[in-house]
Amino acid sequence: MTKSAKTPGLARQQIARLTPSQRNILLFAGMGLLLIIVGVVQSWNVAFSILNMCLISAIMALGVNIQWGYAGLFNVGIMGFAALGGLAAVVVSMPPVEAAWAAGGLGVVAGLAIGIVTLLASMLIWRRGQGWGRWRYAVTGGVVVAGYVLMRMLIDPSTMAIEAVDSARTGYLGGLGLPIMLSWVVGGLFAAAAAWVVGKISLGLRADYLAIATLGISEIIIYVLKFEDWLSRGVKNVNGLPRPVPYEVDLQNNSWFVALAEDMNLPLVDASSLVVKICYALLFTVVLLAILWLSETALRSPWGRMMRAIRDNETAANAMGKNVTRQHLLVFVLGSAVIGIAGAMLVTLDGQFTPTSYQPLRFTFLIWVMVIAGGSGNNWGAVLGGFLIWFFWIEAEPIGLWFIDVLTSGLPPGHWLRLHLLESAAHTRLMTMGVILLLVLRFSPRGLIPEARR
Amino acid sequence: MESALNALILIGNYIVVPGLAYGCQLALGALGVTMIYAVLRFSNFGHGEIMSFGTMLVILATFALQSAGLSIAPLPTALLALPAGIIGAIGLCLLLDRYVYKFYRQQRASPVIYLIVSIGTMFIIGGLIRFIIGPQDRNFADGERFIVKASVFKANTGFSEGLAVKTAQGVTVLTTFAVVGLVFWFLNYTRTGKSMRAFADNEDLALLSGIDPDRVVRITWIITAVLATIAGTLYGLDKSYKPLVYLHLLLPIFAAAIVGGVGNPLGAIAGGFVIAFSELAITFAYKKVAGYLIGDGVLGDGLLQLLSTDYKFAVSFLILVVVLLVKPTGIFSGKTL
Repeated sequence: MTKSAKTPGLARQQIARLTPSQRNILLFAGMGLLLIIVGVVQSWNVAFSILNMCLISAIMALGVNIQWGYAGLFNVGIMGFAALGGLAAVVVSMPPVEAAWAAGGLGVVAGLAIGIVTLLASMLIWRRGQGWGRWRYAVTGGVVVAGYVLMRMLIDPSTMAIEAVDSARTGYLGGLGLPIMLSWVVGGLFAAAAAWVVGKISLGLRADYLAIATLGISEIIIYVLKFEDWLSRGVKNVNGLPRPVPYEVDLQNNSWFVALAEDMNLPLVDASSLVVKICYALLFTVVLLAILWLSETALRSPWGRMMRAIRDNETAANAMGKNVTRQHLLVFVLGSAVIGIAGAMLVTLDGQFTPTSYQPLRFTFLIWVMVIAGGSGNNWGAVLGGFLIWFFWIEAEPIGLWFIDVLTSGLPPGHWLRLHLLESAAHTRLMTMGVILLLVLRFSPRGLIPEARR
Repeated sequence: MESALNALILIGNYIVVPGLAYGCQLALGALGVTMIYAVLRFSNFGHGEIMSFGTMLVILATFALQSAGLSIAPLPTALLALPAGIIGAIGLCLLLDRYVYKFYRQQRASPVIYLIVSIGTMFIIGGLIRFIIGPQDRNFADGERFIVKASVFKANTGFSEGLAVKTAQGVTVLTTFAVVGLVFWFLNYTRTGKSMRAFADNEDLALLSGIDPDRVVRITWIITAVLATIAGTLYGLDKSYKPLVYLHLLLPIFAAAIVGGVGNPLGAIAGGFVIAFSELAITFAYKKVAGYLIGDGVLGDGLLQLLSTDYKFAVSFLILVVVLLVKPTGIFSGKTL
């Protein structure tokens, strides 16, 4: 055997000899190094915007890991729960539109109340009517239809009135005008409520039903946000959400900040946007660490042990007197709440709410790849997956473009195949994510940081 | 009397005729999903993209035929191009099975793993499609556009409402009847079909009686690919072809399969029509119908629309929810294949 063939084997042995925690530190250090390289090569502004998105992605991945890693629940509607979190940011932080409330606020509130009453009444009737035979269907159906018609009669004129109020600038009810950080909690609550409904319907049945139900609810949430202008301004977007951190302009007008920028030897504009991004990064890190600490504690507690028992053998856990469906519902709601929190944080970072930006690829499947690649069942793995996959998601397009450029360099510059391939390079992301998902599942199903044996 | 007939024609034109065509398309799609479920025991999230892939090949072949000057007018050229799409889709499915699904079958992986894997294949096929044909709209319907034109119908019958039947709709219904008939004949009367049913019913017993599992799986994929390509092409002819739409079709197709009872072919077909007709009936604006039946403006000047067309996909979800709550095993429960 030659020496060159031996060396990689040796290196692999050395890596294999590392304890798991040393290996994890190495992986996270490598991730940090990637960000530092971007900071040095491109700019620190780019590095910090990637870092901020990495942090949010890590929180989303944590939420999915709670569902998938702890309990084996397959949620294909991450996008919807994230969007509900985003809606919370709007509802909590934007100033209320007084004129719109005067025009139709009462009608909308009354209509929604009737909707809720109808739902509760129909559920009650359905439950009570076990011995009614065909009448059970007829009465329940009648109540639903009557309540729905009444609701629409109240809501429709009101929403039209609301949407007519200065539709170029507002045309919606606005929010509560509270600090936007509060919306992170509210976003979690919104997502939790939606998850409770979905879970209540589809948990306890076959595993595929939860997947299909979450797929459906997420699509519907996005449609509602797109078309209900009175609530979210629809495709007109909500811009200029208040911020939890200072504005660049205020910093630039601040004398001590100008002095600081001179000290750091940076142009004033770059320095101000960098400081804003660092502020966000600090806030997000605090949230991430808090959720991570909570998740780890939960996983180590007797409850975590029970969850693993349920995941690994439902029948046995059931036989031990554990209510599997109830625990699944709990874990599904908790995980969705974390996703909602991340969704609210994302909108806070963007400063605007754009319903059209919610694409399943970006918000559902990308997060899945993060969890699977990072290591399902391991919170640190989910965090690392969130960082790493987001990083490559951002860098995949330039890399794909470069790859095709090299691949077709033999063809003349104007060749139709070369042009077509370069044009389609944007779609390489879709394929890359699919290939990564399949490769990881096949060859390293436990992910980068496998679940610890306890 | 005449106004009542006018109302009926209106409903026929906007609900019955399009509902029949859309129901056929959904039924063919759901039949594919249900076959995979019955034999391989997972819900294939990649099904929409397989439909899209087959349709894409049909479109490319159609363009080639059109530029070669071949046509079967008044029928759309796409029918002539179908075999190309079917062969391509079969190839894709067999490749996927050989290099992706087979491994998990040997591992006896849990159904959830299959779900994730099928989502992985969904990405890859989706990426491939956008890579080859791009994400934009394609209209590939040619030949005669209508079997019955609204204006001709009005002139011949003297009614003030017209009834239009598009060629694509007629072709859809006829093709679906032929294909579904063939599939049921195959399942019930051929040896291979019977072995497939035996395998779906009880895998271990089927293996014991000497049925080759690989062969059954291969044939299932082939049938699925055929059904998916035909369903996708018919949908594309009827509406138009856009890769993203096939992702959105996944929800109504799954809903159709579940409504009928997953794994049950007859249920899949019934489910397809249930979903299609409810979608159209719930999002239809009944204002004009009410005008004919009880006079204009009696019920106010609303559109009398239960749900705006923006939410048409919500209908399949609502039906799904009701079925899961009331009868999770579907209408035709307890029977597979």
